[in-house]
Amino acid sequence: MISLALKGISKRFGAALVLDEVELQVDAGEFLVVLGPSGCGKSTLLRAIAGLESIDSGTIEIDGERVDHLPPGKRGVAMVFQGYALYPHMNVRDNIAFGVVNVGVPRAEIRRRIAEVARMLEMQELLDRVPAELSGGQRQRVAIGRAIVKEPKVFMFDEPLSNLDAALRSRMRQEFAGLHRRIRKTMVFVTHDQTEAMTLADRIVVMNRQRIEQIGTPSEVYDRPATLFVAEFIGSPAMNILPVTRTPTAAGLQRVRLGDGTGIDTLVAAAALPGDGPLRIGLRPEAVTLCAPGGGQTNAVVEFVEFLGDKTHVHLSLAGKDRIVAVGGAAFPARVGEAVGLKFDPAGAHLFDSAGRNCRWPGLP
Amino acid sequence: MTAPRKAWSAAAGEARSGALFVAPYLLAFIVLLLYPLFSGMWLSLHKADLFGGSQFIGVENYTRLFRDAVFLHSVRNTCWFVVLTVPALTLIGLGLALALNNGSRRSAILRGLFFSSSVLSVTIVTLIWRMVLIPDGGLAADLLAKVGLPPVPFLSDAQLALPAIAVTTIWWCIGLPMMLFLAALQQVPPDLYEAAALDNAGRWRTLLCVTLPSIRRTALVVVVMEIILQFQLFGQAQIMTLGGPNNASLPIVLFIYQIGFQRWDIGYAAAASEILFCIILAAAMAQYFAARGRPRA
Repeated sequence: MISLALKGISKRFGAALVLDEVELQVDAGEFLVVLGPSGCGKSTLLRAIAGLESIDSGTIEIDGERVDHLPPGKRGVAMVFQGYALYPHMNVRDNIAFGVVNVGVPRAEIRRRIAEVARMLEMQELLDRVPAELSGGQRQRVAIGRAIVKEPKVFMFDEPLSNLDAALRSRMRQEFAGLHRRIRKTMVFVTHDQTEAMTLADRIVVMNRQRIEQIGTPSEVYDRPATLFVAEFIGSPAMNILPVTRTPTAAGLQRVRLGDGTGIDTLVAAAALPGDGPLRIGLRPEAVTLCAPGGGQTNAVVEFVEFLGDKTHVHLSLAGKDRIVAVGGAAFPARVGEAVGLKFDPAGAHLFDSAGRNCRWPGLP
Repeated sequence: MTAPRKAWSAAAGEARSGALFVAPYLLAFIVLLLYPLFSGMWLSLHKADLFGGSQFIGVENYTRLFRDAVFLHSVRNTCWFVVLTVPALTLIGLGLALALNNGSRRSAILRGLFFSSSVLSVTIVTLIWRMVLIPDGGLAADLLAKVGLPPVPFLSDAQLALPAIAVTTIWWCIGLPMMLFLAALQQVPPDLYEAAALDNAGRWRTLLCVTLPSIRRTALVVVVMEIILQFQLFGQAQIMTLGGPNNASLPIVLFIYQIGFQRWDIGYAAAASEILFCIILAAAMAQYFAARGRPRA
């Protein structure tokens, strides 16, 4: 069942287009993460769904009912803000109750819901405190509790973890995942943090320049990026993108050549490529294997090594001046300035045409 | 030198340089405020003439004051004036700030317009309002005549003189409370209003449950500041009515002025000043205690 449907949503701030014909459907109970860089329109999209921003064209439906003409409080959505937006003069109990008091829920029912939410979020002892007496994580929980108690059709989260430190962010990610498992409500979560997107989402919507670039499961957007932008945006370190030239094909699969002349096999059908125009190859760092000099398809010089405990990110310079990043083991032996050999995994190679489309999966949205 | 001694020496040096920064203001405070305050207290215990001669009489000036019908009348007048002006200044200031708290050009012009009266001197303000209020050709009289009513002698009617001065004062002083409220309203995080909108709060509920609690501290400052200012009513009453008719608009400060500078009885005037000081101090302390008791936010 479709819980939330956006049809052709556009929005301008003056001359600036901030949402461009956005089409999106969210299934009931789905955890959808909208991911994108600053200024891509993801927060505006969320605010438009919530009714905090008007839309210039298109429609918004929640549970089959058109809501884009309704005020925020009548849309059946609850939102957790980036800065939590707790009422500073009210204690936690009143903060949580405010929304349900306003719609006339009976007192006894409000008490029951608050008790249930407090138990669920383990904040029974916080109910009489004011927000100034709470830590960042506790405020976060109150903001979530305030949303849950309203029993909305759709939950919205606007970068709710961005104000927390790394350790707390990690813990809250788990809590969000656990919360979604428990209540199974439709959730739309906006973030610019790909770790949050990859770990929490049933599906990820990647936005760029006011448009949706790709919608897919975390593994789909990682393994089968539809565009060059998605390929570069998802993954850390980012996918290596290098200009290539075509070489004669074998068995219908395109073979390409790097700037230094190194040939790379791919699994991209030659027939799927445009007739002409420049191509770029995309190789995830883990698709580049390090070996002894002369033992691979080409050699490169180590420029910089990032030691991360369980692995190393090795930044390399190819003979054609292209730069590439590979993932090495924790005990990677080479030092800066030394030569290493490189092997490229054809299964991990993507080819992007001049418009940035991934030619390996031309049918992707 | 040991470490604790070094630390002590550094702290002492810091205290010395801090004291040097404070010293100029402290000196001005002592000479211009503290000394006159205590000097006035001492003077209030004397029978003193403006042009020389004083005799210690203890609290006799105070006992005289509490038997002085004119003084007691001026205290009542002043309190009534504060009651007339302070709630009005606070509520109208808040109302204007709420109405004009947006980025439109019209609001910007109106903000400037409403604040412009505050920069006028008391002489100009009272002249304008005399022209409005005088029964012979004044604006109010003209307007009343248009609806067939006789002119009203606002400034010479014992019941209307003080309210007329209060209206003049509200017109003159409304700019500052409005600006203070505007500044406070602009400090309220916009996402609180968005949260309230998502929480189904209507306009009144948002005003009562989000806006007013968020600007509570400013409202308190405005109320107490206006109480202190309006207790010091002088110029408007002096120029518009001279405290009349029959002392109906005589405020405490005008009483002090008349006693001290027209009857030269500065000991008695100093005693009246001390009583006014106590009233204002009580208002200032009320601000302090109310602000201290405010919930954390």
